[in-house]
Amino acid sequence: MTGQATHSTLSRTVLLSVRGLAKSFGGVQAVRGVDFEVGAGELLALIGPNGAGKSTCFNMINGQIRPDQGSIRLGNPDHSKELVGLTPRKVWRLGVGRTFQIAAVFGSMSVIENVQMALLSHARELHEFWRPARAQHRAQALELLDAVGLADQATLPVATLAYGQVKAVELAVALANQPRLLLMDEPTAGMAPAERVALMALTRRLVTERGTSVLFTEHSMDVVFAFADRVVVLARGEVIAQGSVTAVRQDPRVREAYFGSGRLT
Amino acid sequence: MTLASLLVQLLGGLAGASTLFLTSAGLSLIFGVTRVVNFAHGSLFMVGVYTAWTAGQWLRPILPGSAGGFWLAVLLSTVVVAALGALLEVLILRRIYRAPELFQLLATFAVALVLRDGCLWLWGPEDLLGPRVPGLTGAIPVLGMPFPRYDAALIAIGPLVLGLLHLVLTRTRFGILVRAATQDREMVSALGVAESRLFTSVFAIGAGLAGLAGALQLPREPANLGLDLPAISDAFVVVVVGGLGSLPGAFLAALLISLVKAACIALGTVELGGFSFAFPRLTLVAEFLVMAIVLVMRPYGLMGRAAAAPRSLATTLPAENAAGAPGRWPWGLLVVGLILLPWLAAGSPYTTVVLVDVFCFSLFAMSLFFIMGPGGMHSFGHAAYFGLGAYGAAIVLKASGWPMLWALLLGPLGGFAGALIFGWFSVRLSGVYLAMLTLAFSQIVWSIIYQWDDLTGGSNGLTGLWPAPWLSAQVPGATANAAYYLLTLICVAIAVLVLRRVLDAPFGLALRAGRDSPQRAESIGINVHAVQWAAFCVAGTAAGLAGVLYAFSKGSISPDLVHVGRSIDGLVMVLLGGVEALAGPLIGAAAFTLLQDTAGRSFDYWRAATGVVMLLIVLVFPQGLAGLFRMRRRPSTT
Amino acid sequence: MKSSLVVHGRALSALSTLVVLCGLGCTGAQAQTPIRIGEINSYKAQAAFLDPYRKGMDLALEEVNAAGGVGGRRLEVITRDDGASPGDAVRAAEELLARENVQMLAGGFLSHIGLALGDFARQKKVFFLASEPLTDKLVWENGNRYTFRLRPSTYMQVSMIVPEAARLKKKRWAIVYPNYEYGQSAAATFKTLLKQAQPDVEFVAEQATPLGKVEAGAVVQALSDSHPDAIFNVLFGADLARLVREGTTRELFKDRPVVSLLTGEPEYLDPLRDEAPAGWIVTGYPWYAIDTPAHKAFVTAYQKKFGDYPRLGSIVGYSTIKAIAAGVRAAGSTDTEKLITAFRGLSFDTPFGRAEFRRLDHQSTMGAFVGRTAVEGGRGVMKDFTYLDGARFQPSDEAVRRMRPADAQQ
Repeated sequence: MTGQATHSTLSRTVLLSVRGLAKSFGGVQAVRGVDFEVGAGELLALIGPNGAGKSTCFNMINGQIRPDQGSIRLGNPDHSKELVGLTPRKVWRLGVGRTFQIAAVFGSMSVIENVQMALLSHARELHEFWRPARAQHRAQALELLDAVGLADQATLPVATLAYGQVKAVELAVALANQPRLLLMDEPTAGMAPAERVALMALTRRLVTERGTSVLFTEHSMDVVFAFADRVVVLARGEVIAQGSVTAVRQDPRVREAYFGSGRLT
Repeated sequence: MTLASLLVQLLGGLAGASTLFLTSAGLSLIFGVTRVVNFAHGSLFMVGVYTAWTAGQWLRPILPGSAGGFWLAVLLSTVVVAALGALLEVLILRRIYRAPELFQLLATFAVALVLRDGCLWLWGPEDLLGPRVPGLTGAIPVLGMPFPRYDAALIAIGPLVLGLLHLVLTRTRFGILVRAATQDREMVSALGVAESRLFTSVFAIGAGLAGLAGALQLPREPANLGLDLPAISDAFVVVVVGGLGSLPGAFLAALLISLVKAACIALGTVELGGFSFAFPRLTLVAEFLVMAIVLVMRPYGLMGRAAAAPRSLATTLPAENAAGAPGRWPWGLLVVGLILLPWLAAGSPYTTVVLVDVFCFSLFAMSLFFIMGPGGMHSFGHAAYFGLGAYGAAIVLKASGWPMLWALLLGPLGGFAGALIFGWFSVRLSGVYLAMLTLAFSQIVWSIIYQWDDLTGGSNGLTGLWPAPWLSAQVPGATANAAYYLLTLICVAIAVLVLRRVLDAPFGLALRAGRDSPQRAESIGINVHAVQWAAFCVAGTAAGLAGVLYAFSKGSISPDLVHVGRSIDGLVMVLLGGVEALAGPLIGAAAFTLLQDTAGRSFDYWRAATGVVMLLIVLVFPQGLAGLFRMRRRPSTT
Repeated sequence: MKSSLVVHGRALSALSTLVVLCGLGCTGAQAQTPIRIGEINSYKAQAAFLDPYRKGMDLALEEVNAAGGVGGRRLEVITRDDGASPGDAVRAAEELLARENVQMLAGGFLSHIGLALGDFARQKKVFFLASEPLTDKLVWENGNRYTFRLRPSTYMQVSMIVPEAARLKKKRWAIVYPNYEYGQSAAATFKTLLKQAQPDVEFVAEQATPLGKVEAGAVVQALSDSHPDAIFNVLFGADLARLVREGTTRELFKDRPVVSLLTGEPEYLDPLRDEAPAGWIVTGYPWYAIDTPAHKAFVTAYQKKFGDYPRLGSIVGYSTIKAIAAGVRAAGSTDTEKLITAFRGLSFDTPFGRAEFRRLDHQSTMGAFVGRTAVEGGRGVMKDFTYLDGARFQPSDEAVRRMRPADAQQ
């Protein structure tokens, strides 16, 4: 195993451990026996050609899809929690935030309301029927918006923002409950190169400050090579390589998988 | 009942299925391509029956005694109704495709009103029974029982049309476009297809199918003015049970519903362990029972797919508006003015009478808006909660003998209870499926109220629900109903304020979150279904209160409070006012109630007049009446 | 004007002078003010019945006013369409009272609207003449002092036809009726009364069909399957046409007598044209063959004015106005209490002959025609009919008293 060497050298504590994950849709094995781990404070990239099973893996960790087999445990090995069988909301309550490939925000709300929504949910105040929402968790929401550089746009309708800014809103929303792990599905898809770098630099800074781990899928190799601590490569539903950026980059199997599908950016 | 007669019954069910399928196929096509909920489809069906009758009258002297005359009449009315459909699309609907989803429902509702009075004007009030079809008059023996030849012909026609449509849809360029548009409307316009020509032709074909279905009904029933509403409701049920956009699904659904009905009638009154049940009575709601069961088991109908669900009605509720920042004091001023009105309007006492209705419907519309606008759930059966509130109060008053105020307080719990049960099932669905499930529930409630004589007074309803004496007493210097008027005003104002407040509270924000992006909402820990369910309960209670207030203002209630007509009225009010502003439902309810009241007095053909005015509103203010106010106040906001 | 006079009278404080003054006031000051009747009906929803009804009213109004009105005052009718909704009907009633200053209410076609208006009349202490609603409850269980009814009730119509049904001496009966109060109570009354007249009768099938949506083929098949000796039908309108067509095709009516409510009314019989069933025992209105002078005069005047023949609705509309004119004349006033006193036992003329409002339950004794259908000249007609006076087709006074609320009998 190529990844074996790096695996043993991983000195940090494990935050998420995925074992033997498998899922098939109507007879097609989308994911088969995937193993990997995310360390605390680590930025791990999950890459692979189209149809490799990245999104399926993501959605299984997030709780949107229930795996056929395998386990997903969150927390250090001494007292970890099984995520399989939990709904996305429960997974989120355990401290796993996520962003979507096509930024999902609340289009009818202002920027700050989007963040307040997450804060309200985190404080379990959703079934509060009386006190106006606009005054609640405002300072904290502004703080988060400030962190992502959107303090000035706080009261604008989110629908009026540029796409890059919407992505930043999503990031602020995802960080609202101080997650231990952040799942980012194609965070820079649909963005201009300069925006990509800015967003990932921002992400890197924020998660480092907060000690949050990040698991992200990404098509842009520039982004992966610039920001990932470690890389897991999927092809046809299996892990074909994992390790440091340099190691993976030179792995012939990875090259083959990518050239086979005609893309390595 | 013998096995043979059961078989003949089922055979009859097949004939019924053909008719149902033909009526609904056109609706399915139109919805699939244009996403227009064509409420006038039943009216087009009715026009088809009438046109076939007239064509038959013309053709009979020319082609006496030949079957050709009948089939020519069928063809003619198909063409005439198709042309009418195309005309509606070009003149009206084309102008409002960009309006919020379901807004077209308002236009087609208005068209239905105009067409109904149009038929009355053109053909007169008397039922018109068409002649039998030469050559298909008698019966053929089936298992020793006479079976109408014409029904046998119908059994063949249904699948024939299905096959033809299938061929057109799969083998022609037009058909491929239609299917593509059904699956992804944006894609078609992106491909550079002349969208408007496609829409017009689909409307024409859909309308033509309704006309065909109507014309083919003429040998079975007389042309009459009561055909439109049953036809549209049947067609909707079939389309939804089958799965939106699926013609084979519609055929299957038509078959299922017809067979269930035939079986109910065939079973008759069944005695089981001393308990007797009259199955034929179930035919009153058979189709809605089937729909409720199917949708609970299969959220996208028998053969539908998730993709066909339309996008939400109001995706762009402006944030500032929802927060209730603008115009707090004008509202306060309005309420103060309304409080003083009984004294100001002492000279024209009817003012406060009609305003009580306006208030009740404002709250009703507001409660519907609550789940429709911020909740994104289009309820087509909101009258259920209105009626359950009214009946709840009536039963408390009648059964317990408690004072009227207790009835006022406890009645809304009827609406709450209904919403608690129906909401639980409904929030699991989305789009038109959700809408139709709420409709099914409300029709089931209606049929229970309609038939439970001992408790609800059956179709006659209950009388003697007057306010307590101190609420009917004359207030010095004020209009006659001033006391009750003020009670209604206060209750409605408080309820509306509470609803607004709830929408501004975290719960309201969560409700909008679930509508804007269920995926994002779930991934930040919001239990979208639970929030929506709670919203149903809040709205149901508010609608229940509106029903209670309405009941006591009229002194009597009857099942029509729960009937689909009232649910549609509620929808019309919300859409007329505009779904994008909180004031919308209030303005819509006032406008609709006053419009009907005035039209009813001023015009002989008042339904047509109402329809025409509504069409004008739809064409001039495609954002609803409240949109007009907003544009005036803040021209910069879009 | 009147109320100010009353106040004035009270100031003078002598009861007798008050009455005199008021009487003077009515004849003197109000010689020109018309008597205003607020009339509420489902004109557009039930146009087939109510178009002729309105014409009948117009004719009667013309006649009454041409003869100088009532006590020198013109009769005026202000009509409102209730859109087939009881709530809107009540609102219209409020509007008529508040804005149009009508002195009494009339109308109603659908039973639930009739009941709603009746209850409204009780609450507001307004005189209400329900012209058409058929429900028995209107004058019995839900009866009140203020409400009178013109048309023969469901009970009366059924009891008129039951003796004919009993005469058939058929044992096995099947019943088909629209699934709402009218159909249900017609079926229940039919069963009770026929059982009394013919104890060995058996009811082998009952089909309650949704109003306006009968699945005629299946219903006819189900009725056939029960092999009845005779059939009692309560369906009307489009449902009746569907039933007749399917029943004829499927030979349900072959060698099977049918007793059918309302089928002889032109509103329901005429649309069937040459397919009208023959030999059915029906209640109805054979306008073409009634040769009493009163009716002949009515038909002539009606045809002259409208160029159309009268339907039953025309009779009801016409008689409503005639009854009100007679009642106001007898009361000498439009005061509600005086109207009630006058209408109790009031005798008035209809094209069918004289009728009266029973003191006991405010039901008029206007009757109906019972006969057999036939097809003549390409259309359905009633043959061998007789007019049955409604006074004879009532439950015992004792039974009525038990059903009617006590305060309605004061």
